[in-house]
Amino acid sequence: MIYREAGDFKTSYQSDAQTFPIRLDRMGYFLTLAIAFFVVPFVINDYWANAIFMPFLIYAIAALGLNILTGYCGQVSLGTGGFMAVGAYACYKLMTSFPEVSILIHILLAGLVTAIVGVLFGLPSLRIKGFYLAVATLAAQFFLVWLFNKVPWFYNNSASGMISSPERTVFGFAVTGANASAAVQYLVCLGFVVILALVARNLTRGAFGRRWMAIRDMDIAAEIIGVNPLKAKLTAFAVSSFYIGISGALFFAVYLGAAEAGDAFGITKSFLVLFMVIIGGLGSIFGSFAGAAFLVVLPVVLKVVGADWLGWPDDLVAHLQLIVVGALIMAFLILEPHGLAQLWRVTKEKLRLWPFPH
Amino acid sequence: MPEQLLFAMEVTLNGLMAGVLYALVALGFVLIYKASGIFNYAQGVMALFAALTLVGIMEGQVPFAHLINVIFGTEIHHFGWEVPALLAILLTVVVMIIFAWLVNHFVMRHLINQEPIILFMATIGLAYFLEGVGDLMWGSDIKRLEVGLPQGINEWIDETTFQALGYGFFIDNLDIVAAVIAILLVIGLVIFSQYTTQGRALRAVADDHQAALSVGISLNFIWVLVWSIAGFVALVAGMMWGAKSGVQFSLSLIALKALPVLLIGGFTSIPGAIIGGLIIGVGEKLFEFSIGPMIGGATENWFAYVLALIFLVIRPQGLFGDKIIERV
Repeated sequence: MIYREAGDFKTSYQSDAQTFPIRLDRMGYFLTLAIAFFVVPFVINDYWANAIFMPFLIYAIAALGLNILTGYCGQVSLGTGGFMAVGAYACYKLMTSFPEVSILIHILLAGLVTAIVGVLFGLPSLRIKGFYLAVATLAAQFFLVWLFNKVPWFYNNSASGMISSPERTVFGFAVTGANASAAVQYLVCLGFVVILALVARNLTRGAFGRRWMAIRDMDIAAEIIGVNPLKAKLTAFAVSSFYIGISGALFFAVYLGAAEAGDAFGITKSFLVLFMVIIGGLGSIFGSFAGAAFLVVLPVVLKVVGADWLGWPDDLVAHLQLIVVGALIMAFLILEPHGLAQLWRVTKEKLRLWPFPH
Repeated sequence: MPEQLLFAMEVTLNGLMAGVLYALVALGFVLIYKASGIFNYAQGVMALFAALTLVGIMEGQVPFAHLINVIFGTEIHHFGWEVPALLAILLTVVVMIIFAWLVNHFVMRHLINQEPIILFMATIGLAYFLEGVGDLMWGSDIKRLEVGLPQGINEWIDETTFQALGYGFFIDNLDIVAAVIAILLVIGLVIFSQYTTQGRALRAVADDHQAALSVGISLNFIWVLVWSIAGFVALVAGMMWGAKSGVQFSLSLIALKALPVLLIGGFTSIPGAIIGGLIIGVGEKLFEFSIGPMIGGATENWFAYVLALIFLVIRPQGLFGDKIIERV
């Protein structure tokens, strides 16, 4: 009754092609942005920032990246953790080599470095596909993590083999290091998320996105209608790795502060981001956010309910968490293969007609 | 013969033995893939789960003891009896058959006609689920598996080679047992699939689901059968790995090692799984032995994958796999 598009007339091509064609959606979007930028930073504290908001924002970027590759271009990748590690280590090397340059530029450059590495490991995708490719990307995962553990140059010969981010500021506010406040870190992550999501949305509905989707739906047919598979697949790998690299850089520099390749960017990270994309919805920008939010909030909720309310031991809760996540993945694939995004679409359809059934 | 060469030979032999263990896991993958087109990522976790169950039954552990204790405030751990190894193995087989039925009934049956990649992701979910259940049921501490398999250096080979070549080869008894069991298992599987009614039905399903259905073969039954056999193979693999390095979480990671084995051998070929396993086993041991020290060691983590990657680019269907034919 409230959510409807009747009377919402489009009078120009521009308004017809906008991201949120329905007025209520548009208002919701701007309201969310306003709350995220002007309300949350003032009420946020360390616990909420570290447990929910920052992981959500950072994983959302990674999920966007993987969704571009897997959801839009149909190339399954299990190397997300390795690419995040590339972003993190590139950011670390840049931060320590050029201390006078702004960290924002370092993070973007780290994304570019990851994009190059991603294209390199994306080359086999020209010959192989499906889970053959998925296994091939495992090579990236294990090789890169090994490389960062074994070559001292990457961690500046530090004794522990860890990389830790030195203090850097943006407009005079500390973003990394011990003195950084939760609100500033949150705002930096949020800024990246909003811009990257906007870019992703527009890339995927433009010529690039259509090429990727053509390749995903049927690569031979796409080739026949004039899509160059080499360009399409490699651009997907590049853009996807760029996103994942930025999320890796943020994850290390802003969120963790100190990291070690095997621990922080192991194979479990690859699976986690893949699950976010599946549960959220393959081929949907909103889905990337929904999936990231879901899998960031779920462990926190389980921990609060299991450990704090019921007083169960931590290891038991951890096991239950594995079971719940595994069961949810299977349930989603059986009941709703298109994920939370599809549930949202169905809900919207229902809302438009409500209270009348037809 | 020079010392170095003999040493390399010993490394090769040990690599062959490690390869047999990889092949055992890969075998389970191939069986399920052939019969249902499902790429079962959970095979490694199934091996872990089977080994955990075996140890739990042998030691008379109470399943879900931890959970029960927490909910009801009780203090139970063990039933207080010990089950002989053979009986425990039989009971574990029964558990794996029940598991196969559950998987088929609640998951795979509902995913018929989905794309292969969706099925693959479903088995990743299954792997997480099963890992959680295994930990919850039997506890997540590292367990020792004692089913009476011989262990330690094989004295006879050591003596004989020392007398013949002046250098004693170190080969673990357990590896030899594993090799023998793997060979028996493959022979058994080949006989089963070639000479029994059920085996023929299984091959028919593998060739063409619809044609098999139309001549009256029950798909559901065959899939439960296949998952049961894969569960049995997982149990054997879990026993071998468990006896070698203890029953612990890292066991499930050998599943990942089995993937490059499959890529090299081909997804649809049982001999391919064996030969792929041997190539990976020997390859990674020799690489670590010859190149490893120069570039920092621990190359076993990634060598298999990179080898598979290079292999894929040259021959996408693997050594023995069916040729990939694409039709529009």
